[in-house]
Amino acid sequence: MAILRNKLRSFSAARYVGLAGFIVFAACLSYGQTTNSCLDCHSALPDPLGVSQEKFSQDIHAQKGLTCASCHGGDPTSDDPDKAMSRKAGWKGKIDRKQIPQLCGTCHSDPAYIRQFNPSLRTDQLGQYRTSVHGKRFAAGDTKVAVCTDCHSVHDLRAPSDPRSTVNPVNVANTCARCHSDASYMKGYSIPTDQFAKYSTSMHHEALAVRGDLSAPTCTTCHGNHGAAPPGVDKVQNVCSNCHTFQAQMYEKSSHKKAFEAASLPECVVCHSNHGIRHPTDAMLGTGPDAVCMRCHTPGDACDQARAGLQNALSQLDAAIKSADRVLGVAESSGMEVSEARLGQNQARDSLTKARVTIHSFRTDLVDQDIQAGMKIAAKNLQAGKEAMIERNHRRFGLGISLIAIGMVLAGLWLYIKKIES
Amino acid sequence: MSVRNWLDERFGWDDLIAPLRKKTVPLHKLSYWYFLGGITLFLFVIQVLTGILLLLYYRPGANEAFESVQYIMTRVRFGWLIRSIHSWSANLMIFTAFAHMFSVLFLKAYRKPRELTWVSGVILLFLVMGFGFSGYLLPWNTLAFFATKVGTEITGQVPAIGKPLMIFLRGGEEVTGATLTRFFGFHVAVLPGLATVLILLHLLLVQRLGISIPPQLEMKWTANPSAKREMKFLPNFLLRELMAWYVALGVLGALAAVFPWNLGIKADPFVSAPAGIKPEWYFLFMFQTLKLIPPKVWFIDGEIVGVLAFGLIGLLWLLLPFFESDQPSHMKRWITGLSVFALAYVVGMSVYGYLAK
Repeated sequence: MAILRNKLRSFSAARYVGLAGFIVFAACLSYGQTTNSCLDCHSALPDPLGVSQEKFSQDIHAQKGLTCASCHGGDPTSDDPDKAMSRKAGWKGKIDRKQIPQLCGTCHSDPAYIRQFNPSLRTDQLGQYRTSVHGKRFAAGDTKVAVCTDCHSVHDLRAPSDPRSTVNPVNVANTCARCHSDASYMKGYSIPTDQFAKYSTSMHHEALAVRGDLSAPTCTTCHGNHGAAPPGVDKVQNVCSNCHTFQAQMYEKSSHKKAFEAASLPECVVCHSNHGIRHPTDAMLGTGPDAVCMRCHTPGDACDQARAGLQNALSQLDAAIKSADRVLGVAESSGMEVSEARLGQNQARDSLTKARVTIHSFRTDLVDQDIQAGMKIAAKNLQAGKEAMIERNHRRFGLGISLIAIGMVLAGLWLYIKKIES
Repeated sequence: MSVRNWLDERFGWDDLIAPLRKKTVPLHKLSYWYFLGGITLFLFVIQVLTGILLLLYYRPGANEAFESVQYIMTRVRFGWLIRSIHSWSANLMIFTAFAHMFSVLFLKAYRKPRELTWVSGVILLFLVMGFGFSGYLLPWNTLAFFATKVGTEITGQVPAIGKPLMIFLRGGEEVTGATLTRFFGFHVAVLPGLATVLILLHLLLVQRLGISIPPQLEMKWTANPSAKREMKFLPNFLLRELMAWYVALGVLGALAAVFPWNLGIKADPFVSAPAGIKPEWYFLFMFQTLKLIPPKVWFIDGEIVGVLAFGLIGLLWLLLPFFESDQPSHMKRWITGLSVFALAYVVGMSVYGYLAK
């Protein structure tokens, strides 16, 4: 019992020491903590004055240690609203829309300041904004145009890499569309408001939003972001060529380059359109509803004949690949090992893709080189498929012979058993 | 001088096969179940022969295994046939081994004095499944890679020894070329060695103890010895067995020619596992059971409970004959019930696992 009492006594002593330690620790914590009295009130206020703790904690600025006072001024350490929001303490109140770009630029145009948070973050956004259509109109006194917070949001502003950010590549088009698809808001600007509707049907949107390919273009890819402006008619190719390099190289040397320049036609857009770019098909070379060549060329002229030749060549290669695919598919489903030929089919498909790219040179001789290369590979793969089918038939014939032989042995054994047992 | 006389003079051939001449096989309406053991043995021999032929071209290694099997399938003359027969006979062998085990169970052939025959047979079944597991990885294709990953992960769930055992099997923390090399070693050296010794022991026991008679028939024949019907093992039963082997050979040839074993796509450790990946059919009942066990059973991890339960069941299964009476009139009915349940469970869970997404 005495031992137990001693143990309990030492436990009690330890408990008091622990409690004292906790009080000191808590005091240290409270001493070092900075209060943000702004949120105490504003988290309880309705919109537009309400900012919840949860919302603000998602903001990249809050995560980097900035507070409400960093933009709005005031004294967030005071619980007295009069002191916290006193002009003496530098309180600015609601930021005037006209001041927003300049206010954001205070930090975001200061490389020395930004470097301490993210050395790779650019600091030319304000400069670029001033060159944009938005920025120029803003400078001219049009406050309807977009400022920083319209695109980036406010109080819950997230890094562009965050999928929930309004400027994440997947969300950019929706963000732009908030104004640019609003016909009543855009009234007076004399620009169309169907860009988003068209973009939503485009292959670029499908790649980005459906397939999740973040390298696929959205509004800012072609128009720029902070320096947003429509590319000039003669500069379209420069924009598209950022991704479609080979097509641009082919086009650069083609006869269409000079012709389009002379007619002030917007290069790539002439055939492919702009916002509603669909997946190009060989039918574009045809004479049907999707045809593009015949919009300018005269039926029966040399260009029309070249067009027909190109379309025919592409169709031939496409048919040859599909034919080889069909035979290889049957062979494969019969259990034949044709993976090498299957792999070879990818080369044939590459040749077809290359030929479709070479179309942008508008030279039949260059396209024909790719077509012939593809035809050769497809023919080889078709032959491999046919040989696999012949081999399959040989195997089945061999099986038939073997089964007959086995059947004869079985019959012989059965007769022998009957004989020795009779 | 005939070959037989020549052999007899040198090591007493006639004396050697004399027990086989005396050996008889009970003749009744369920006698055909006796063929299953022989068919399993025949398929094992096919495995050994085709395995040796595959060894001429197969190269164990993450960079060569798939290509070497592809070479066997496309370039080596009759390589496709040898590989397909090897794969099909492996699956048929596991099937006939299971069928043989359940036939022994239902015919009560495991009871005294044949306990050791049962024990050696069950261990052989485990070894055969080990052959399947190790051999499945050797072509180094995607399905095999991820099945091995999942399989060895389950091994890692065994308390205390699981993690070291998993690292031993994998040759490291992950399934890599080192795992392939190890599995190759198990598949062509360790397992065949063990299996050969156990098969010889199993056959010796079958020879020494004779073929079991179902209990009810045994009682009937004991009461009325004149009703007893038998067949000579040599040559009558052996010739019939030979017929069964020929049938098995025909089935194997047909499967190999009409459904050559698929090679799949080369394993890539850096891609994600294909959706709905499943093990080979003979592991499916265990895999599906583990999937159905809740994540936590009381406070223990569900998968650990499952692995331990299967380990315990395996051990009890091995020792099953020791719970059975040796008297035909006192057969334990619960063992028959358990056997029916086990068969229904294995079949039902395998079908469920096959159909489940």
